Amino acid sequence: MSTATADAVMDYDEAMGKFDPVMGLEVHVELHTATKMFCGCPTEFGAEPNSQVCPVCLGLPGALPVVNEKAVESAIRIGLALNCEIAEWCRFARKNYFYPDMPKNFQTSQYDEPIAFEGHLDVELEDGTVYRVEIERAHMEEDTGKSLHIGGATGRIHGADHSLVDYNRAGIPLIEIVTKPMVGAGERAPEVAKAYVSALRDLLRALDVSDVKMEQGSMRCDANVSLRPRVGAPLDEAQLAVPLGTRTETKNVNSLRSVERAVRYEISRHAAILDGGGSILQETRHWHEDTGITTSGRVKSDAEDYRYFPEPDLVPVAPTRETVEALRGTLPEPPGLRRKRLQSDWGYSDLEMRDVVNAGAVELIEETVAAGASAGAAKKWWLGEPSRRANGEGQDIVTYAAGLGLTPAHIAELDGLVTAGRLNDSMARQVLDGVLAGEGTPTAVADARGLELVQDDGALEAAVDKVIEANPDVAAKIRDGKVAAAGALIGQVMKEMKGQADAGKARELILAKLQ
Amino acid sequence: MSSLSRDDVAHLAGLARIELSNAELDRMVGELGVILESVAKVQQAPTEGVAPMSHPMPLTNVTRPDVVRPSLGAEAVLAGAPEAEQQRFSVPRILDED
Repeated sequence: MSTATADAVMDYDEAMGKFDPVMGLEVHVELHTATKMFCGCPTEFGAEPNSQVCPVCLGLPGALPVVNEKAVESAIRIGLALNCEIAEWCRFARKNYFYPDMPKNFQTSQYDEPIAFEGHLDVELEDGTVYRVEIERAHMEEDTGKSLHIGGATGRIHGADHSLVDYNRAGIPLIEIVTKPMVGAGERAPEVAKAYVSALRDLLRALDVSDVKMEQGSMRCDANVSLRPRVGAPLDEAQLAVPLGTRTETKNVNSLRSVERAVRYEISRHAAILDGGGSILQETRHWHEDTGITTSGRVKSDAEDYRYFPEPDLVPVAPTRETVEALRGTLPEPPGLRRKRLQSDWGYSDLEMRDVVNAGAVELIEETVAAGASAGAAKKWWLGEPSRRANGEGQDIVTYAAGLGLTPAHIAELDGLVTAGRLNDSMARQVLDGVLAGEGTPTAVADARGLELVQDDGALEAAVDKVIEANPDVAAKIRDGKVAAAGALIGQVMKEMKGQADAGKARELILAKLQ
Repeated sequence: MSSLSRDDVAHLAGLARIELSNAELDRMVGELGVILESVAKVQQAPTEGVAPMSHPMPLTNVTRPDVVRPSLGAEAVLAGAPEAEQQRFSVPRILDED
């Protein structure tokens, strides 16, 4: 029933002329608690199959679940950070379905009583525009097991003979964050979707509740998209009053870039169908990262009848207002505000700050500055060679640096060697290469490679005299006040000194002798 | 409200992945109907002003600290599996439901 043939799509700009997009995003995030939601099994990623399983997460008869205190606290903190109300009393519910990824034949979730509800997150787009995403709810549930499909092509379910299930992931605490319909974004809808998931990821990282690694599945996004006829500008009252169209839900869109692409693709696909007089089938869609298209999944039908009922094995969660306020006191500075504060502390321009944020180097620079480097130097060194190499390896800078043992302290030390006059810029680059090659700390590399500016002013002066004598015409220009000509002499002095001189000092000497 | 149609039973059987023949369906409509009627007697109890409850004990916030406890071990876990392969539970293929 799912075919790989591409559907007709309408040009995006044409689609925007005729339709108004509305989105809804559901983000699942795995908490990084030490244990599962309802039992003491560890949650470590990458363990041997079925080695982190017990009677509770295996759903054996008579096993009784008990709620993980830390997971509830994390859920409340997430709710507070999303400006939500925190329920005074709420329950878990059984979501019943028969599928081997859950050995209990139900998933313990929350239904009509989520722990957090009615919130919002302000999301800043690249040009500084702020879009407010209304949050419907954030609720607690548990992750499912992982299936491996055998016999079909490349592990996909179609054509598989049988499946192999590992329940290590079953029962890991999961928070599902659901937005209200996101209206009024107009043609910027795909960008808003990406910015929201990105802002949410930053927030969850700041809260230190999850690894938020989309590539490892600890943060996963489902994107709902629908179109309605365009009757005016996105925020016009008349436009906002048009009833919502039928939506599709694209599952497991697991990178920021894919969120943007999937929303854009679905808008173009819906537009082609609606414009041709067709109607949208309410269904789930599969996202294909490689081809950038979605294909039909399952139609919403009987399978959606989950027969929820309150979980009889668990008692209600009723956080006292004191508990909630105490947890509110543990919230970190919101990432958006934090960035603004750091930008002002560091004296970066908007563009410079955006480069740092996009490179994922905010924390590294913060630590480097704390270790004594200037903000300018910290940015220069981190966004230089280490950042280039990390990109080349397809890694983020933090992971890359950690893998090589390159620390903020190293960069601060390198900057210290430059400001103390021991190294010039090109020597410092060589030292950084050495540190990246695992040769040790900057000082050790500089020592081992014999990199040190010559501090002997006599030798420098001799070199300056020699160069002035060899270039009488240039010297004459400088005497006439053409100071810029000194550059040519500085280069030659550095050559004489085999690069081991302070170019600034050489310049001073040249000018002093010729003025 | 306690009457159950044949379609209801067929629907529930589908959700529960239970294959029922026509004869079994007919029989279950009758049997489940009797069960529903019996249970429906509770509805005669005077419940005005009584809040619905989902747990017999008046408890809230029963939690455990986030401390690891030993798991069973893969061998014990898989001992109850009808079939295992690559240290995983082997299950029949599932069509068009992922």
